[in-house]
Formats: sequence, C-alpha cells, structure tokens
Amino acid sequence: MAVHDVTASATGAEHPAPVAPALHPPRRRRRTWRTLEPLLWLGPATLLILTMVVWPIIEMIRTSLTKVSSTGLSEGFAGLRNYTDLFAEGDLPGVLLRTVVWVIGVVTVTILVSLGLSQLLNASFPGRRLVRWAMIVPWASSVLMTALIWRWMLNNFYGVVNRLLMDIGVLDAPVNWLAHPGQALAAMMGVAVFVSLPFTSFVLLAGVQSIPGEVYEAARVDGAGPVRAYLSITLPLLRPSLVVAAIINVINVFNSFPIIWAMTRGGPGFSTDTTTTYLYKLAFDNQSVGESAAMAVVNFGLVLAVVLVYLRVVRRQEDTA
Amino acid sequence: MKLRTVLLTAAGWLVALAFLAPYAEMLLTALKPTPELMESPPSYLPSHWQWSNFTQIWSLTDPRVGDALLFSLYVAGASTLLALAVGLPAAYYTARHRFRGRGAFLILVLVTQMFAPTALLVGIYREMVSFDLTDTAEGLILVNAAFNLPFCVWILNAYFASIPKELEEAAWLDGTGRFGALTRVILPLAMPGVVTALVYTFIGAWNEYVVALTITSSGNRMTLTRAIPGFVTSYHEQWQYLFATSIVAIVPVVVLFVFVERYLVAGLTAGGVRG
Repeated sequence: MAVHDVTASATGAEHPAPVAPALHPPRRRRRTWRTLEPLLWLGPATLLILTMVVWPIIEMIRTSLTKVSSTGLSEGFAGLRNYTDLFAEGDLPGVLLRTVVWVIGVVTVTILVSLGLSQLLNASFPGRRLVRWAMIVPWASSVLMTALIWRWMLNNFYGVVNRLLMDIGVLDAPVNWLAHPGQALAAMMGVAVFVSLPFTSFVLLAGVQSIPGEVYEAARVDGAGPVRAYLSITLPLLRPSLVVAAIINVINVFNSFPIIWAMTRGGPGFSTDTTTTYLYKLAFDNQSVGESAAMAVVNFGLVLAVVLVYLRVVRRQEDTA
Repeated sequence: MKLRTVLLTAAGWLVALAFLAPYAEMLLTALKPTPELMESPPSYLPSHWQWSNFTQIWSLTDPRVGDALLFSLYVAGASTLLALAVGLPAAYYTARHRFRGRGAFLILVLVTQMFAPTALLVGIYREMVSFDLTDTAEGLILVNAAFNLPFCVWILNAYFASIPKELEEAAWLDGTGRFGALTRVILPLAMPGVVTALVYTFIGAWNEYVVALTITSSGNRMTLTRAIPGFVTSYHEQWQYLFATSIVAIVPVVVLFVFVERYLVAGLTAGGVRG
C-alpha cells in the first residue's frame, strides 16, 4: 500500500520508462501479490513450525489411537484401548501425583526465592556485576551436566555434600540422598529450583527495574514503610512479570526430563518418575508406544490446561483491577 | 547506610558462591587423579592438579569427545542458521506490515513457545521414523530450529518494530531499493537482536538432550550432551573425564551468554506478555 506507493514514486522519478510497468501492475495482479507476499516472508517459518511442532502433535494423537507393535509398526485403529491400558497402570496415580507436586513445588519455591534475588540484584553494592555473571552460569549450562554434577555431589561415598554436612556437624553419617524416593524427589526438586532461579530472577529483575522511582517517593511521603511499599506497590506492579515467569516456569518444569533422567532415571522402579520420564520409559523401555503416546497426550492436555487457566485468571484480575 | 551496603554485599557474594559452587566442584573433580575419586569421604581439593585429564579426553574412544564436539558444533550451527534464515523475514514482515493471517501466525509462534520438544517426544520420534530422519544431523537441526524459532521471531520483531519506518523510507529515497534498505540500514540497526537470537538458539541447540537421546544412536552422530553420560556406565565410571568434558562444553557458551544477557529477558518476556 503506502509502501509500494513510496517505492513507485521514488524510483519512478529516476527511471521512468523501463521500471514503471512493473511498479504499476494491473489491479488484479496487485491484489494477488498482496495475498501472496506475506506467504513469501512467513512461509518458511510457518512450514518449519507446521512440520516440526504441529505435525508431531497430530502424530502423537494419532499414535495414541493406534495399536502399535513392539517393533514400532502400526497395526490399525485401537480406539481408546491405549488410554484404558494407561489408566489401568498401577504406577500412574503416583506418577501423576508426583508431577503435580513437582511442578507446583518447584515453581512456587523458584518464584518466592527469585522475588528475593531480584530485589538483591536491583540494589547497588560492590561486585553486583559479578553476582549477575555467576547467576548466568546455571542458565547457560546444559541442564544435563548440572544434574550430573549434583548427582556426583550427593553421592553417599564420594559426594562433597555429605562431607561438608558432616564437617559442620549437621550429619553424623553419610546419607544416600538418591536411594529413597522421598529424599531423591526432594533433592531433584532442589536441583530443578537451582536451574530455574537465574532465568526467573532476571525476568523479575526486569519487572522491578521498570517500576518508576517516583512511585516509591510518593509512597514514602505518604508515610509507607519498606514492607508496606513492597506489598502495595512492588508486588502489584510486578504482576505481568510474575505471570510470564510463572507460565514459562510451569512449561519448563513440566518438561524437565534431564534432571530426573540423569539423577535417578525415575527409579527405583517408577518411584521418582514424573509424566515426562514415565512416557519415555513406556515408549523406549517397555516398547508400549501407543500407551506412551496416550500418556503424552494427557501430559500435553495438562500443560495446555494450566496455561489456559492461568491466562484466564490473569485476565480476570486485570479486568477487576 | 554503611551497614546496609555491607549486608547487601555479603548476601550478594554468598548468592554468587552458591550458584558457582557446583561448577567449581565440577572443575575440581575434573582435576583429580583417578584413585582420588574413589576416596571416601572425598577430599575438597585434588592432592595434585591433574591437568592431563583435560588432554586425555581427546584420545578416548568411548565416547569420542572430538567427534561429539564437532557434531555438536555442526548441529547447533546449522540449527541457528536455519532458525535465523526463516525467522528473520517473518519477524521483519510482521513488524512492518498489517495483513490477513498476521494474528494467526503470531499465535502459531506463541503456541510453539509453549511447548518443549520433550512434551512432543513420541510424535517427533514417530515423524522422524516415517521420514527416515532418525540418527541424522538433519533431524536434530530441524527440531532445534523449530523450537527455538519463537524466541528468534519475538526478539527480532521487537527490534524491527523499534526502528522508525522513516529511516527505511529515507533509504528508499536514496535509491537503495527495498532489499538494499533492509540489508544496509535495518539489519545493522537490529544487530543486537540478531546476535541475541543467534547466541540463544546456538546455546539451546548445543545443550539439547532429550531429542538427541531419542533419535540418534550412532557413535559418530552424538552431540556432546548425548555422549557425556557414556563416561559413567555400569562397566566404567570415569567421572573425572565426564566433568572435564562438561567444562569444555560449558565454558564457551557461558562466555557467549554473558554478552547477550541483558537482551535475553526482553526477548523472552515479549512473547509472554503479548500472549
């Protein structure tokens, strides 16, 4: 539209004869160009997303309704058989419960600690840049490698965590942290919090920094102390950042496969599995690809539900605010 | 006031220590002589610093660190180029034009951002089997590029939108043409966004584990993350080599990440806020 007009008049003035016909195409050609042009710019990106993201979603749903042999061959429509098989698994309730505990626990602790860390990073003190750089390390590092070093540090014979806790008198004897399901889950949730903190703190820091200083000055003039100012100014104004941090964390934490895989493989048995490691084991250890696809669809639905509910809550809050 | 600064500094340095401690332990373990790894309780520091662990990893055959490093470089590099090649035009066009289908495209991008490959693993695996892409670099490149594309689009979109349209129009008047204006005026101004998208995608692909674990299996088609657990199996436990290799994998990307840190949050939250 405006864009084409500018181009036409600008170049048209310099090269009137040869260029003009192409720049003033008949109305019909111009209209087809207008519908086709976005395709040219967005087509490749759309194609990539459709083939690598949307297709797997469809393929996953299709597989969940298919009878798949242990060698991976499709043997026809299975109806809801894979789903009934899945829900008949004795391990499933535990896996689902742990997933809920895992997601809610890790995200809640991450956000609470990050609220504190973002305040710290916002204050000025010598070495603040170094602290920020230190927090980049877990963010940029592979989660797998971070999980492996934690597994090594928590080892009951060779791990430095036990040594340290014994040296400072907290423990009398080494603890085999990853051997008992409850302890192992708690330890792995700790690692999940550890790797989630940097990103979350930086997002909240960006939020804190976007609050204008005058708001606090006004509050101080009105006699509000720091606690009151935090509760009635900082937290409400941080809500958009909190929403982003919470949603992205829920998604990441739901899918945090490498931590559990590197530290316990969901074991012993299925006692520390969440839905993600469980569906992996169903597909690649048990060769039950159809059932695994059913688990993946349930997992997918859970993530989708969480995201939708959260967005609704936020929108309602914004309406009433 | 003085006390407040002292307390903040102490807290800040403790936090830094807490975040660095595991990686310091990673380095210390990588520098321990082999027999010392099996001491219980463990020593804090190596009795002597076995720097040769870092040279020995290159001559081991199981896994081959050099091959894995090259393969990771290839996969991460190609994923980044692909994501930018398709993301740049899309981000530019959506930032500059209002057209039918724009909303649908941005929702598609947002939905992609909401899902990690882990959630779609079974679907991805089945697709790779049907296209004969299992155990190939191409399969990994396509998946990595697709799942990192949303970030590229959001951050580049934000940069393109922040560049005044008048600048571009002035360039057209100077006779650069649309393409010339894009490459000679707009792209240089959007460079911080391009670099951030590049680094972010590269690191994402470099660190990717689950898809590599699922669709590749041959020794010469292993990324570093895929190969590293091979140092600790039921047959042998070579934690010193595992962590020496981890350090090799982590240090360069942390340095890269520090450079783009301040742009990252903007890019990540741009998509979320708009959703």
